[in-house]
Amino acid sequence: MCHPAWGRALAQDQRLKDLVRLRRVRDRIDRAHAQPLNVEALARGVNWPAGHLSRQFRLAYGQSPYGFLMTRRVERAKALLRGGDLTVIEVGLLVGYASQGVFRARFTELAGVTPAAYRCGAAAAATGAPPIPVRNGEAFLTEPQLA
Amino acid sequence: MDITIHTTSLPHDDPDASLAFYRDVLGFEVRSDVGQGKMRWITVGPVGQPGTSILLAPPAADPSISEDERRTIAEMMAKGTYGWILLATRDLDGTFEKVQAADVDVVQEPTDQPYGVRDCAFRDPAGNMVRIQELR
Repeated sequence: MCHPAWGRALAQDQRLKDLVRLRRVRDRIDRAHAQPLNVEALARGVNWPAGHLSRQFRLAYGQSPYGFLMTRRVERAKALLRGGDLTVIEVGLLVGYASQGVFRARFTELAGVTPAAYRCGAAAAATGAPPIPVRNGEAFLTEPQLA
Repeated sequence: MDITIHTTSLPHDDPDASLAFYRDVLGFEVRSDVGQGKMRWITVGPVGQPGTSILLAPPAADPSISEDERRTIAEMMAKGTYGWILLATRDLDGTFEKVQAADVDVVQEPTDQPYGVRDCAFRDPAGNMVRIQELR
């Protein structure tokens, strides 16, 4: 007979292994967020069904892999827009959006303002002019449910 | 006041794996190695900079940490949200090539950040984030 404590230890060991697997997925999103990425490809990388990966990732990190990818891209886009050297179209392409429409929609959803308005606000803040109010990551987060 | 930053600590869950990473991959020297099994305290640091060290230590060794807290720390290490450190080098690309060749989890390839630094990032074997910044 297996001692109950062994069962608990085995379960905890498996949980830590699963978390390491989720960390690798998160790191892959971090590393490759500017490339085309989807949940199916991420799931294949760790030999999990896509639905299972999405649920486990959300439990560990508080948002789905898709949501985390969008957050990373928008975060990077904000930094590039604040830099001010690139056009909005260039920024969208650089952070991984082949479509300007999708970039504008996702950015607006997460940042609360359009990319162009965000850049004007950032530029105004940099020059000391009265800034256009910019809500920073306060937009209501609605992400598509995957799998 | 004459204070230097002498030692900072990072947790390990496999002392031999962490030692191999900091010694063999990053090229640090081992300054001391005490304890046994998982309870090992290993001091490493860059060659030629004896005044600055990293102590690789067992997490939650303090007896006043509860079992629940221990489990939480182990889970945060596994999911990569517990320890991190920022290193620097004059040769970021050369360093990146060497570390990448050692079968280490890469988090970020060398990148010019909009806030003015160029850096890259890896995981150490315990899941700690190791960022390396380019010295200019």
